[in-house]
Amino acid sequence: MHRWLIGLGLFLAVGWLPQPAGAQLLMNGAGATFPYPIYSKWFEEYTKVDPSVRFNYQSIGSGGGIRQITERTVDFGATDGPMTDAQLQKAGDLLHIPTVLGAVVATYNLPGNPALKFTGDVLADIFLGKITKWNDDRIKALNPSANLPAQPIVVVHRSDGSGTTYIFVDYLSKISGEWEQKVGRGTSVNWPVGLGGKGNEGVAGQVKNAPGSFGYVELAYAITNKLPVASIRNQAGKFVEPTIESTTAAAAGAASNMPADFRVSLTNPQGAEAYPIASFTWLLVYRDQQSQEKGVALAKFLWWAIHDGQKYPSSLLYAPLPAPVVKQIEVALKKMTVGGKPLIAATQ
Amino acid sequence: MASTPGVGTAGRLSSPPRAISSPRVARGDRLFALVVKSAVWFVVALAVGLVAALAWESSGAMRAFGARFLVTTTWDPVAGEFGALPFIYGTLVSSALAMLIAVPLSLGAAIYLAEIAPFWIRPPIAFLIEMLAAVPSVVYGLWGIFVLIPWLRDWVQPFLGARLGFLPLFQGPSYGVGMMAAGLILAIMVIPYITSVSREVLLAVPNTQREAALGLGATRWEATRVAVLRYGRSGLIGAVLLGLGRALGETMAVTMVIGNRPEVAASLFAPGYTMASVIANEFTEATSDLYVSALVEIGLILLLVTVVVNALARLLVWSVGGPARGARH
Repeated sequence: MHRWLIGLGLFLAVGWLPQPAGAQLLMNGAGATFPYPIYSKWFEEYTKVDPSVRFNYQSIGSGGGIRQITERTVDFGATDGPMTDAQLQKAGDLLHIPTVLGAVVATYNLPGNPALKFTGDVLADIFLGKITKWNDDRIKALNPSANLPAQPIVVVHRSDGSGTTYIFVDYLSKISGEWEQKVGRGTSVNWPVGLGGKGNEGVAGQVKNAPGSFGYVELAYAITNKLPVASIRNQAGKFVEPTIESTTAAAAGAASNMPADFRVSLTNPQGAEAYPIASFTWLLVYRDQQSQEKGVALAKFLWWAIHDGQKYPSSLLYAPLPAPVVKQIEVALKKMTVGGKPLIAATQ
Repeated sequence: MASTPGVGTAGRLSSPPRAISSPRVARGDRLFALVVKSAVWFVVALAVGLVAALAWESSGAMRAFGARFLVTTTWDPVAGEFGALPFIYGTLVSSALAMLIAVPLSLGAAIYLAEIAPFWIRPPIAFLIEMLAAVPSVVYGLWGIFVLIPWLRDWVQPFLGARLGFLPLFQGPSYGVGMMAAGLILAIMVIPYITSVSREVLLAVPNTQREAALGLGATRWEATRVAVLRYGRSGLIGAVLLGLGRALGETMAVTMVIGNRPEVAASLFAPGYTMASVIANEFTEATSDLYVSALVEIGLILLLVTVVVNALARLLVWSVGGPARGARH
């Protein structure tokens, strides 16, 4: 009669039993969605290097990643945009470790999809709603041979908060004073014109569907879906096509005056080959770790990620870190401690 | 000709429960009463807790903007300026548009299926309609992007603009995405709900109702109107409210077709934004406390709007026809 009670009791008792001891160390992380594919590739490959550590990463978005690492509910966070000074003050001594690079490309839908060239100020004025037709003189001047229709430009942007948006508007803010003042930088902004599409696929879907539309998506997304992409004029005055190499070149250009905390915007960098709308993505870790075991595992993993791990990004269409930046990150990783004792010196 | 035989007159319209009033209730009964009573209090506590948590989390935005939040239209996360009016407007207009299309269609389909259709055709059609209710909303959204929107952009909107362009409702450039697409997709999504629940309600109307009306010489339409629809009114209202609830809260499909632009525009061609969409879009990357708090306040408003709309709908029913059957105290 009370068999179900006994069953329930057994069920609860089993739940209380300790887990079978695999003695695996579980590292929890959360944050940006953009680098999720490369991070999961790394976590998988890293189990071959060190089978005693397992990683669990929730791609909940940069905002969530920053919140969770600040509250120390995870062992590491991840973000596509550097934390603000106010956020860092609240969080304490948090390190930004660049892991790979991504780029944002402008894509469009025109008859025949000609290869187009843009400058930053033309891009800004299109997204400000000041250039409204495809056959505008300023677009024609940059693309004299392209057949540009007298069609209105339908601007498409991301509707969801996104690191991709941050990189793009960060670039526009650097180029155009009017953009910086009117709109500014953020993962979501108050767009002067245009339609919002959810995710890269939402923007790409709108652009593919609607003739005359103009939007921005991640480089990896544009390459896999073979979207037409615009070349953008960089600081050196050269029109550069977005590729993995030109994205890495953007970081190489910034290496000479890299701040020690790596909170740097790579948009509009120096370097003749640099594509100007690129950015790091970062892992966030506390400089002083609380647990010896986890601290060592994390430092070892990060060391691996910026060295051996850098052979994986290209196949997933992320840009690897340039060598001078890797050297700079080594310095930062050597500053990681637990209880004041350095972690890397103890392990390397 | 043949009057409808009683197809499944399952007692859907419940009769009031009998109170456990005997002084000599068995211990089991008392225990049972306790269990069900605690169940109801648990549900009430959940609802209260939900509202309290939303109110608590949104207190930052309430302090910063007060009632201004409800009437301003700027949504600028960079400057920390938040106003919810475009989202409230978008939710209400897209849902109203959806109901305007869905209610007559669904009730018509339900009446046909319950009263008029040949018997052999009823189960397969009812099954098909219920299948539609099981389609995930992201699939409707994809269909919207690839089929509905190009059709609206290239055919429907240019046509409406040319013929009815003097109305502010049909002015402006046709992007395809926008309020009209959102209303249509919502209508398509709620039609199966309203239809299948209404059909069940109509089937539950006792056959004697129909027979009596037909016996008095009523036509098919008169019998349906007087004897069936009036009898099942409260159930039908329930079906419509169920659909309305889904329309107000629908997120994914709407986000994919509405254009996600926070502005209040009279034209149905213009892009809009809804409360559920902005929360889904921006919550993950909202970093500042005020930003998160503003989004939570939108969630609270969405909850309140849903409650108010439902209450108004019930009041409307009571005021036009006296307390509907089944309204009891």
